[in-house]
Amino acid sequence: MPQTGRMWIIALSLVIALMLTALPLPEWAVNWRPAWVAMVLIYWCMALPERVGIGVSWMLGVLLDVQQGTVLGQHALGLALVAYITIKSHQRLRVFPLFQQALVVCGYILLFQFIVLWIKGMLGIPPRHWSYWMPAFSSMLLWPWIFIVLRDVRRKFKIQ
Amino acid sequence: MFVDHRQDHLKVVRELLSTLVYPVQLAVNLPIKLVRDLSESLISRRTLMAENARLKEQADLLNTRLQRFDVIEAENRRLRALLGSTNRVSDRFLAAELLAVELEPFRQLIEINKGKRDGVFEGQPVVDSGGIIGQVVHMGQFSSKVLLITDPSHAVPVQIDRNGLRAIAIGTGRNDALLLEHLPSNADVKQGDLVVSSGLGHKFPRGYPVGTISEISFEPGDSFAKVTLTPSARLAQNREVLLLWPSGGEDAMEADRQEVSEE
Repeated sequence: MPQTGRMWIIALSLVIALMLTALPLPEWAVNWRPAWVAMVLIYWCMALPERVGIGVSWMLGVLLDVQQGTVLGQHALGLALVAYITIKSHQRLRVFPLFQQALVVCGYILLFQFIVLWIKGMLGIPPRHWSYWMPAFSSMLLWPWIFIVLRDVRRKFKIQ
Repeated sequence: MFVDHRQDHLKVVRELLSTLVYPVQLAVNLPIKLVRDLSESLISRRTLMAENARLKEQADLLNTRLQRFDVIEAENRRLRALLGSTNRVSDRFLAAELLAVELEPFRQLIEINKGKRDGVFEGQPVVDSGGIIGQVVHMGQFSSKVLLITDPSHAVPVQIDRNGLRAIAIGTGRNDALLLEHLPSNADVKQGDLVVSSGLGHKFPRGYPVGTISEISFEPGDSFAKVTLTPSARLAQNREVLLLWPSGGEDAMEADRQEVSEE
């Protein structure tokens, strides 16, 4: 398959992440929804920093904003920053064992959420509940699974 | 971000992108809709018959009530003509279906399957059979987002149906409560009073139910009473909503406004 064809696989994985973000969950699980888009993005930035970068993250963030009905740029800024630090540290991240990676990812997603919180605070609509931070921890628990799935996808389609 | 929040130059961009994202939302909605449709089509004959009988009964009842309503409406129009005030014609509706997608948590937003193509406009009131639900905030070509009246950043100008007392109903972020702000402690409110939209503010037409008063409490230290409303629209269980085009547009609203201020 030509290289451009393989790029569609990356795009597809990001679209699936967007879909998972919009999937209705039962009441008790809503606050535990993992940050799917951020996780998938961190994976691709780590594995293929020369393919998926800050530009892609920014556009993805804008799409996420439109989908969620938030102010344009709110998620975009957060995702772009997360992509930046992931690319900066991708060589270190790659050799970490899975659980250590999960911890780092948890940290990055907390940062992402912090940026979003900061913007919401400026707009005057801050979420006033501790469960706002839960997605970072559910993402941490799911990270090994996401990592293995996406790695297998990458190997299967020989995306590089 | 600033530009998006304070001005509306980016509206076109948002519209375009939201048309682009629409297939994603549809794809999420599809399996849920499929299961729903399937369970509907597999319903037993007996249940259908029972429901049919119940609906017929209800239609009869409503028709009987409507007969009286027709007479009263005619009388109302005649009296209005005598008073020389503007006629209020009935509003135009369009049914829309809710998409089963989750939007930003901690805010009260829903997405519906009608957009700019169907003539939806920003700020358009959305109601259901019970009362006001909210207003359209963003729209794409095929879908639009509705801010519910229970969102903390949303307020509806209302009046109490019994005595015309005006107030503002503010969302709390929970979908079963609204607050009536700045009512003095000696205001004439009672538990169970129906609260309807007052038509002030030019957003919502007058006379649609917003909620009933569920609780009144007064702390001796505060200058205002704390009045809680239960929304009359079924905000959490809805699958279908109605988009509303207020009749006569600005003129009728203006007339309403004057009337309200005369009262």
